Amino acid sequence: MEILEVTDLEKTYRSPDGEDHRVIDVPRFSMAAGEHMALRGASGSGKTTFLNLIAGILEPDGGDVTIDGQKISAMPENLRDRCRAANMGYVFQTFNLLQGYTALENVLLGMMFGPGADAARARLLLERVGLGNRMNYRPRQLSVGQQQRVAVARALANRPKIVLADEPTGNLDQALAAEAIRLIRGVCDENGAALLVVSHAPEVLEVFGRVEWLGDINRATRSRTVSGPRVASQ
Amino acid sequence: MNFMMWRLRLGVLAIALRSVRHHFLSSAITVLSVALASGLVMAVFAINTQTYNAFTGGPIGFDAVVGARGSQLQLVLNTVFHLETSPGNIPWDLYSGLESNPAVELAIPYAVGDNYEGFRIVGTTEEMFTRFEYQEGRRFQPQSGGRIFDSTQREAVIGSFVSERTGLVAGSQFTPYHGLIYDRQQQHDEEYTVTGVLEPTNSPSDRVVWIPIDGVFRMPGHVLRGAGGVYRAEEGIEIPDEYKEVSAVMLKLRSPQAGFMLDQAINRQGQAATLAWPIAHVMAELFEKIGWVVRILELVAYLVVAVAACSILASIYNTINERRREFAILRSLGARKSTVFSAIVLEASTIAALGVVWGYAIYGAILYGASIVVRAQTGVVLDIFRWDPILLVAPAAIVALGALAGIVPAFKAYSTDVATNLSPTT
Repeated sequence: MEILEVTDLEKTYRSPDGEDHRVIDVPRFSMAAGEHMALRGASGSGKTTFLNLIAGILEPDGGDVTIDGQKISAMPENLRDRCRAANMGYVFQTFNLLQGYTALENVLLGMMFGPGADAARARLLLERVGLGNRMNYRPRQLSVGQQQRVAVARALANRPKIVLADEPTGNLDQALAAEAIRLIRGVCDENGAALLVVSHAPEVLEVFGRVEWLGDINRATRSRTVSGPRVASQ
Repeated sequence: MNFMMWRLRLGVLAIALRSVRHHFLSSAITVLSVALASGLVMAVFAINTQTYNAFTGGPIGFDAVVGARGSQLQLVLNTVFHLETSPGNIPWDLYSGLESNPAVELAIPYAVGDNYEGFRIVGTTEEMFTRFEYQEGRRFQPQSGGRIFDSTQREAVIGSFVSERTGLVAGSQFTPYHGLIYDRQQQHDEEYTVTGVLEPTNSPSDRVVWIPIDGVFRMPGHVLRGAGGVYRAEEGIEIPDEYKEVSAVMLKLRSPQAGFMLDQAINRQGQAATLAWPIAHVMAELFEKIGWVVRILELVAYLVVAVAACSILASIYNTINERRREFAILRSLGARKSTVFSAIVLEASTIAALGVVWGYAIYGAILYGASIVVRAQTGVVLDIFRWDPILLVAPAAIVALGALAGIVPAFKAYSTDVATNLSPTT
């Protein structure tokens, strides 16, 4: 069963000099429920835009994004917000934790806009990511690795059907990155969530059974000059 | 459920409160400005209401005043509120005539001309204490250990405020000063003994030194012109009534019709005296005349409230740019645009609400200060704890205005583009 289906997805940006640049032109892309996959691509190739379109943060110029049978791309903004809170978890490259809130509150805030704050589950998730003794710490009191774990716990708090992770190990060293990706995959597995990770870190890519090159699915990327080595999908 | 959980379950309120705390200094300054505005507007209205009520319907006890021909307002201010100078004197027989008038329930003479350390000395009769009720069922009552004066002696009964300020108590002796303005050079020779301090009445009477009316007649230097010529009272010799004169006569009437009748007889047909009736109406006219002052004060208070509302707007608006990422994160977590909008409006309302709560303290402080001044000047006591609808209306209006002020920054937050304000794109 497909948890994510993308068809004829298009997104164009207008540059400051007034020229239109098509960033996303994906005829078809899908993921099965519980599937883990990595998406790689060159810098500026539209990876974050693609994730934001899937998450409903951006509105496409054309095409459809369907999450668990719901066409999120056709929804008005408020329903997209609701759908995102109910079905998706998002781990950002810079974690995007709210600085004024503790680790526990950050996780609870993620729940607040979904099914509702569940302190027991928030604590459980923080313990699961190894932060049982840091729940009342604010982000700036945590190390980068610990902040990343809070972001993972928050992304999984609402039992999402799909977790999107945008360069989740971008700020971590190699050892921490490998540990972080193991953690994300493990927690997603425990929750039966599909996982779409954008990364070009080899230590991340090597653990995924399915790795896609954005240029292969995005005609807009293919039509532009793309820098960087291309590694065969595994 | 602990407090944190309770707050988080409240959602939007939690975000709003956290922001207020996060921007503590600017929030605190804004809260202070709202508190000042709220306190000021409540104080202006409450002081106006309380003084108006005190001067037009307070514990006066009399229906009318008869005095020398002239201004009714001056007459009332002089005799009822013990302010202003006496417009002149009226002959004793006018008092006698009023006393025996069947339409008059009670007529009490009032004679002024001296003071003690600035407090007015009023000559009157014992009826002021035995028959006159300043409020229904309430008479001037000496405090325990005291008694009213003996009309044949140089004795005095003093108001509670006089006692408080001068230190005079029952048994104290004092020497009056000539005139209504305190001048050390104008001291009389005669000594009076305080026989009692009156229970507080929270009225201008608390600022009065009451002595027997004969004492005023016989005060050295005083002359009586009741019969046209000059008469000086002499020790041990009774003063003929035709020479006596009083500053005014305070009247309690048997019916409103009596007032119309006396008004006709004294004001319209007579030439010798003036009847001020009804007293509340005379004072209301005064407030009407000075109403523009009150309106200006109200306008200033409104402007201060408007400035406070603008400060709420500015303080939140200035934080919006630095908080765009916060809004984007909240939106990415599933918060709706309306949630972000509501959080900002609620934040503005919270600041306004905190402001009006502190505003009650400011109100209390202003009223306390004003009550000291007003009591010292007029004897009227302002009650900090007296209920006034403005104490509810003004805070509610200010919180509503605060919420309104939050709408501008809320729209700015509402329009935050999520994708642009999240982490940098890869």
